[in-house]
Amino acid sequence: MRPRHHRTAAAALACGALLLAACGTDDGATTTPTSSGSPAADDCAKDKLRLVTPGVLTIGTDKPAYPPYFVDDDPSNGKGFESGVAYGVAERLAFTKDQVKWVVVPFNSSYAPGKKNFDFDINQISITPERQKVVDFSKGYYDVSQAVVALKGSKGAAAKTLADLKGLKLGAQVGTTSLKYLQDVVQPTTKASVFDDTNGAKQSLQNGQLDAIVVDLPTAFYVTAAEIDNSVIVGQFPAEAGSEQFGLLFEKGNPLVTCVNLALDELIAAKRLQALADEYLGSGAGVPTFR
Amino acid sequence: MTVGGAPVAVPVAGPVVDAGRRAYLRRRARRDVLVATVSTLAFFAAVGWAVTRTPGWPRVQETFFSGADFRVSAPDVARAFWLNVRIFLVAEPAILVLALVVALLRGLQAPILLPLRVVSAVFTDVFRGIPTLLLVYLFGFGIPALRISGLTTSALVWGTVALVLSYSAYVAEVYRAGIDSVHPSQRAAARSLGLTGLQTTRYVVLPQAIRRVVPPLLNDFVSLQKDTALVAVLGPIEALRQAGIYASFNFNYTSYIVAALLFIGLTIPLARFTDWLLARQRRRQAAGAVV
Repeated sequence: MRPRHHRTAAAALACGALLLAACGTDDGATTTPTSSGSPAADDCAKDKLRLVTPGVLTIGTDKPAYPPYFVDDDPSNGKGFESGVAYGVAERLAFTKDQVKWVVVPFNSSYAPGKKNFDFDINQISITPERQKVVDFSKGYYDVSQAVVALKGSKGAAAKTLADLKGLKLGAQVGTTSLKYLQDVVQPTTKASVFDDTNGAKQSLQNGQLDAIVVDLPTAFYVTAAEIDNSVIVGQFPAEAGSEQFGLLFEKGNPLVTCVNLALDELIAAKRLQALADEYLGSGAGVPTFR
Repeated sequence: MTVGGAPVAVPVAGPVVDAGRRAYLRRRARRDVLVATVSTLAFFAAVGWAVTRTPGWPRVQETFFSGADFRVSAPDVARAFWLNVRIFLVAEPAILVLALVVALLRGLQAPILLPLRVVSAVFTDVFRGIPTLLLVYLFGFGIPALRISGLTTSALVWGTVALVLSYSAYVAEVYRAGIDSVHPSQRAAARSLGLTGLQTTRYVVLPQAIRRVVPPLLNDFVSLQKDTALVAVLGPIEALRQAGIYASFNFNYTSYIVAALLFIGLTIPLARFTDWLLARQRRRQAAGAVV
């Protein structure tokens, strides 16, 4: 707990320094466009951002907010991967921790028409072309793969190939790419079961109503390590070309995207995203891939 | 030619007076139909005009009433709707029988049968009091978790059982209201003719009671049709879930409109059937009289 506090403080300092440096260089070169074609840091000054509430960065996520993306169902504690990413972005945009406000945004209302009550939504939302017609996404902040979880020693745990999975009773959460993968690629002979959240899927797995469930790999790590005692990650699906990424969700046409993308670039360059992923999400190394 | 379903030839108040009266009624009926039609069309036109003039309408139309999304999602949602229909067809007869048993137990008079009355009262109190969704979870996840060998773990089966229990509690009360509405003199008369208690219930009380409660019974069944969607929380993909899957992948709610139309399509015939039953009952009670 303590070390993490230090780290956050240090990161905030580094960020402040970085921002100052950016401002400094920019003052000298206001007339020349930056080489990358990205807008000047000036445009991303806190008072120039178009925000839901001026001076406050309003961030949405669903409730309950699940680990390992959030910890203790409290996005504002800075713990968990996505909470870390959100506060990282906020820092880069020069918001202090108290200038960040969290609002509950159920996944299904994140894409509702009309004005949004958040500046961006962070909720393990995969970037897809269909969704981009309705909302805007930031650049991807995490490359995600899908994994299969089963009970140790069960029929599901013995699966080695996609063909092995086909004959199993499988389930996933609604709206997830896990489900899409399950229905489009695995195409099980018994129709896939679909649940409102991973809790339903986990319950069915424990009850023996399902042979295996499909979740994203970080969730799979969390489920097998902390939630279901005798469960095991059977394998992960092979990454497809242009693999899947989580992105921050914005109202269509929100100019804030550019500034948030700049912030994400900085977080990537500073290896912050990688550090957060290492701390909370684990890596896919060592997990077998289905053929 | 009939007026209100009654044959015109029935003389009620003398042929001449009656003919004039019927002609007047016909004229008035025609005028009423005209006024009603014009006022209805004007009303909906005004509402439609007002809604489509709102600034957000194009966006709402795109997210809720998109023709392209309708065409793409309709076949899948319609296929999934078949599951709703099957649940309904299995649950409805079971409810009718179980509820009748519960209602009859409730009406038992003999002191020695008090336990049965208590069971019946507790059944209605408990199952009517618990939210249906909770019952679905309790049975769908709870009973398979008991791991009783030989007992099915099918979420679909236990979800349907939960619906049957919940609705039987409601319908038992509807039956009871019908039974109580039969005047005690009917029972007394039947007993004085030498019918046994059982025969009285079977041949005198129930035929009158059930006829009276047909409209509220159908009301409960319309409600049941929609509540078949609750089984989806256990994993089976029914129409509303399929619509949700489409909506969450494409960020478009049009698929829900498809599901809504399917539910309405099933409800309207039942509603008209109820109307017809009511009209027939009124007609029989009025015995051809015209007001």
